[in-house]
Amino acid sequence: MRYLPQTQKSRDEMLETIGVSSVDDLFVQVPKKAFIDGKANVPDHMGELEVERHMLAASNQNINAQSNRFFLGAGVYYHHVPSSVDYIIQRSEFLTAYTPYQPEIAQGTLQYLFEFQTFIAQITGQEVANASLYDGATSMAEAGLMAMRVTRKNKVCYGNDIHPQYAEVMETYLCNNEGCNSYSVNEEPSGIEEDTACVFIQSPDFYGKPHNIDAWRKACDEKGALLVVVVNEIVSLGMLPPPVEADIVCGEAQSIGVPMSFGGPHLGFFACREKFIRQMPGRLCGETVDADGKRGFVLTLSTREQHIRRDKATSNICTNQGLCALAFTVHMALLGEDGFKQLAVINHEKACKLADQLTAIDGVTLKHENFFNELAVQIPTSKNAGDIVQQLADDYGIIAGYPADDNTILITATEITTDGGMAALSNALQEVL
Amino acid sequence: MSNVAQLTPENAKENTNDMIEINDSSRGLNYDENLLFEKEFTDTPGVDLPKPEGIKSRTGQPTREKIGIHQVSEPQVVRHFVRLSTKNYSIDSGFFPLGSCTMKHNPRLNEKLARLPGFAHIHPMQPESTVQGAFEVMHDLQNWLGELTGLPGVCLTPAAGAHGELAGVMTIRRALLDQGKTEKTIMLVPDSAHGTNPATAAMCGFKIRTIPTKETGRVTVEAFKEALGDGKDIAGMMVTNPNTCGLFETDIAEIVDLLHDAGGYFYCDGANFNALVGKIRPGDFGVDVMHLNLHKTFSTPHGGGGPGSGPICVAEGLKPYIPSPLVIKEGDTYRLERDGERPTTCGRLKGFQGQFGMHVRALSYMMSHGADGLKRVSEDAVLNANYINAVLKDDYHAPFEGPVMHEALFTEKYQKQSGVTTLDIAKGLIEYGMHPMTVYFPLVVNGAMLIEPTETESKAELDRFCLVMKKLAQDAKIKGADYFHTLPQSAPATRLDELKAAREPKLRYKPEAA
Repeated sequence: MRYLPQTQKSRDEMLETIGVSSVDDLFVQVPKKAFIDGKANVPDHMGELEVERHMLAASNQNINAQSNRFFLGAGVYYHHVPSSVDYIIQRSEFLTAYTPYQPEIAQGTLQYLFEFQTFIAQITGQEVANASLYDGATSMAEAGLMAMRVTRKNKVCYGNDIHPQYAEVMETYLCNNEGCNSYSVNEEPSGIEEDTACVFIQSPDFYGKPHNIDAWRKACDEKGALLVVVVNEIVSLGMLPPPVEADIVCGEAQSIGVPMSFGGPHLGFFACREKFIRQMPGRLCGETVDADGKRGFVLTLSTREQHIRRDKATSNICTNQGLCALAFTVHMALLGEDGFKQLAVINHEKACKLADQLTAIDGVTLKHENFFNELAVQIPTSKNAGDIVQQLADDYGIIAGYPADDNTILITATEITTDGGMAALSNALQEVL
Repeated sequence: MSNVAQLTPENAKENTNDMIEINDSSRGLNYDENLLFEKEFTDTPGVDLPKPEGIKSRTGQPTREKIGIHQVSEPQVVRHFVRLSTKNYSIDSGFFPLGSCTMKHNPRLNEKLARLPGFAHIHPMQPESTVQGAFEVMHDLQNWLGELTGLPGVCLTPAAGAHGELAGVMTIRRALLDQGKTEKTIMLVPDSAHGTNPATAAMCGFKIRTIPTKETGRVTVEAFKEALGDGKDIAGMMVTNPNTCGLFETDIAEIVDLLHDAGGYFYCDGANFNALVGKIRPGDFGVDVMHLNLHKTFSTPHGGGGPGSGPICVAEGLKPYIPSPLVIKEGDTYRLERDGERPTTCGRLKGFQGQFGMHVRALSYMMSHGADGLKRVSEDAVLNANYINAVLKDDYHAPFEGPVMHEALFTEKYQKQSGVTTLDIAKGLIEYGMHPMTVYFPLVVNGAMLIEPTETESKAELDRFCLVMKKLAQDAKIKGADYFHTLPQSAPATRLDELKAAREPKLRYKPEAA
């Protein structure tokens, strides 16, 4: 009961002021049948030590990435986060604040959101960005819905190998809208159909291959479709050309500042051309002045949003990923221009080394010779990728990657990957193949 | 040259006859903090990374040259964000009676546990045998939420409350499709509902029919029957209970019977579950689907606007339709639902398994409170709100008869006679060092002030709040609107020009014309 400050004395005094004799008198409007008889069927309260022991035991059952034998990516990446990031996001004033509805006492949150929007716009080469969305998959889905609003067309096109879970989420969002559907063109820009609201190009794609968007831009213009570039490893933009020609760039920014946490909370981002700002989903923070003429920030263009527009809103989104956006902003501030580019190059160089070691194994090849930090490693058809990944985990404690299909394992290297780790993976893979 | 003194290499060590003026507004502990991008660009970044080896690029693309990101050192970064933090109000620093938002104490234990390496540094697609402990946490959380709501089907994936609403309404939609009831295209929503309710129903392709509640603050059987009509086209009803006026829907049992007879589903917005938790089970007053805001009732921090987490809980009959993937226990082993294992699912709504970090925090909170503590939570939350209601009802207009649940609703009616509005009262609270209540919501009364104290405030805090509110009511009478328009004076910023922000949108920093 350590979180409850009221005392029996204070409770009695308050009941007297209210003019009732017991707290149950305050619940008289609730139907009798809805009350729990006695207490809920869950355990009674526990001390901090007991809760901690319980959770520690559960967490110790998991193999975590600090083992140094970790190569899994596929849309979620294990990167090093500088210590000051976590200290700053745990400051009470950031951690325990609400959405900045009262800007006079929320300038801290508002200013970092403005800085976050600036960073995302700069990195993606876009004109504007919003203050974050739930994750990469939902930001892609929101991009699809926005493209349908902008173009008044009802199809979305998957141009290349999109993360399968992102496509699944898009399908879920689409099935709500009568007559809306999707199709794939397998990297053929000529296959774009009429009535296409947008074409999604993921770069690097699900198999790790970076893409040039020029041909897509031309093909989209011919059909009047928007070009949406999806990025789920944002570190890649420290090395790859920015998708300036895209209409929307969206995806996942977890790689900067945010731990993997078994899939969430992560950090969806959404950037686009300025002419679309009134069609964007999610919160936007804008600059203004206060009554003294001093620069300040507020949430703005909220006439797009559910609390004003209700059923005509551009999205139903209310809460976003504020604190993860702060983690990103602090980490990006620490990286700066040189650090961000350097981080990207180190990731790529580690992947190059790993590629050389793995392809030296008999029967192992790469699906694509071009990559950023993730390799689509093909193993002999006599073996099953899922079984190999399981065996490497069981027998070697190595989290080797993601079995993307029967014979392909997606294997990632980041700045955290060590020479020892790479050698362990190569040796183990050689043994099990 | 101006005649204001500036330090240059030439004059740095000399006395000056020029006027010395300090142009920034830093005074005492109030800092004037510019944008990160306006600080001096440093030669080296705030990280030390190994030097690249110069391996030839294999990206197949040209390598990006200048990005244009600013660069500063670590001490500058830390100071920048610490200074920004001092411009924020937070629940750790004071009373935060924001109605519908449940700003309660956020225990640090939960932060510590979510950061255990075995939780923070695991990947959602690791082999299942290597993350059994994580599945155990999720499965336990599913069980706790099922028990507390009386709704046994639990899906943890939604990322926030509005996302949970989407999951819940899609579940209803999928169930209706399965039953072939395509004629059911209308969702009933009271006018007091959160904006997310109609926005979500519209996103799922439903038409909205509004139930008026202005007279009583509640959905009456009469108004419901009128909105229901013959019920043939009614898919369901989205109601927050207790509702956004702070009242329990007294006729809910009768209304739900009528709705169910017409083949409609009852969606309950769980934003106000803090009034019920541990004491009352929504499943036992007829709820079919409900989302919970783990960042409200179960104390995961709001973080200045997220991350949240919005699991949904559904009645037995809707279980086949909830989003995938669920965590399943077979014997002593946990696993995720396989693709295609439950063909009736309404689909995947988010990448991976949901906001797992929030699941850890919420479970840690629930275990700390337990069955006995959670019951105390709702009782104290309701007691605190009724206390505020009783103390302030002569100073502020309470539009509806009490008792209230965990929120007290007032309007600006009395103050408006002196020209003082709800917004003015809000800014007055800021002046006295408190976060305002929710303002202008719900929409069913003019100038709403919705006050939610939560259970984690002592009587002394409530008393100070009430005293300040009484003082503001007094000031409204004596000093009038002109005085209020100058408030707040002591906050890090004075009133901000929101019109300008919307008219001339400036959403990012751009260097001065270079």
